[in-house]
Amino acid sequence: MATSTPVIQAPRNLASKSNFELYSWLFMRLSGVLLVFLVLAHLFVNLMLGDGIDGVDFAFVAGKWSSPFWQTWDLLMLWLAQLHGTNGLRTIINDYAERDGTRFWLKSLLYLASIVVIVLGTLVIFTFDPCIDPDSTLSVCQ
Amino acid sequence: MDVTLKLRRYNPEVSDEVSWETFSVVQQPTDRVLDALHTIKWDQDGTLTFRRSCAHGVCGSDAMRINGRNRLACKTLLKDVNPGKPITVEPIQGLPVLKDLVVDMEPFFAAYKSVMPFLITDGNEPTRERVQSQKDRDRFDDTTKCILCAACTTSCPVYWADGQYFGPQAIVGAHRFIFDSRDEGTAQRLEILNDNEGVWRCRTTFNCTEACPRGIEVTKAIQEVKRALIFRR
Repeated sequence: MATSTPVIQAPRNLASKSNFELYSWLFMRLSGVLLVFLVLAHLFVNLMLGDGIDGVDFAFVAGKWSSPFWQTWDLLMLWLAQLHGTNGLRTIINDYAERDGTRFWLKSLLYLASIVVIVLGTLVIFTFDPCIDPDSTLSVCQ
Repeated sequence: MDVTLKLRRYNPEVSDEVSWETFSVVQQPTDRVLDALHTIKWDQDGTLTFRRSCAHGVCGSDAMRINGRNRLACKTLLKDVNPGKPITVEPIQGLPVLKDLVVDMEPFFAAYKSVMPFLITDGNEPTRERVQSQKDRDRFDDTTKCILCAACTTSCPVYWADGQYFGPQAIVGAHRFIFDSRDEGTAQRLEILNDNEGVWRCRTTFNCTEACPRGIEVTKAIQEVKRALIFRR
């Protein structure tokens, strides 16, 4: 006698096949590990080395951002921290917002804020002008 | 031993209001919470409604929230739940309450069904049993212990907030077949759990592992499914 496989209907509509949640989960772990190193080294260099916290002023920042190394470092930190935080808040909103409308608007606000910070931050890192003050006494502006 | 039980009562045929009712019973310290519920139902208030079937921790009917933790009433001894104070008993959370301690289990079973909890194979059936080594059998032994009591799923804060989440039990049910060497539906099952409401919603709070009356390492099973998704193919 022939047997047939019983058909059990899936009770839920599966969203389109996408690995987005997989990648965002992986990104959180990897960016977290990188950020621990980037941020701690950033704090150490800024606050412990040289004059320590007293050495942090406009000239200090200008000096750092004249080097492509620190530009890259800060850019990486900015992007990773911003995306890490945005993704974390996205999951929190998904967890806690009960109505679809609330979820939509909270996430729209979050993405907008995140884009503004990323664009503005990236712009500053690459267009930073240490001689913006015409009376500047910094050595690079002499 | 005098024991006081504080039960959450709800009967939509009488009132939409939820109330708390206190009962005093005389029990042995080694009696189970289920015995105290029986005493109440049989001797004091026959309207008290709860599920139980085998009463020995196998059928998974009497999961309830006892003193704020999901447990099986038939496996919880009174002496272990601080009987000096009133013992609170509520229905498990996150599923619609039908009456007193009885909840509607349909959404829970629907999530279980959607991971296809049955053997999927290709080709002709063998004329003998499908042979499996002891090592291959041990790989998924832990998740075969599940009795579908829903203690894990209804202890999960993600499930409380989002009933669309598959929940720990459905992932345990999928794990049992994903890591079964005889099964060939792994790709389908992993794809289902890769959904927005799948394993990635898990926040590893370990509530499910603590709640499981069978001692299944539920959170570990969920993590193993995540790993299988990341390293698949």
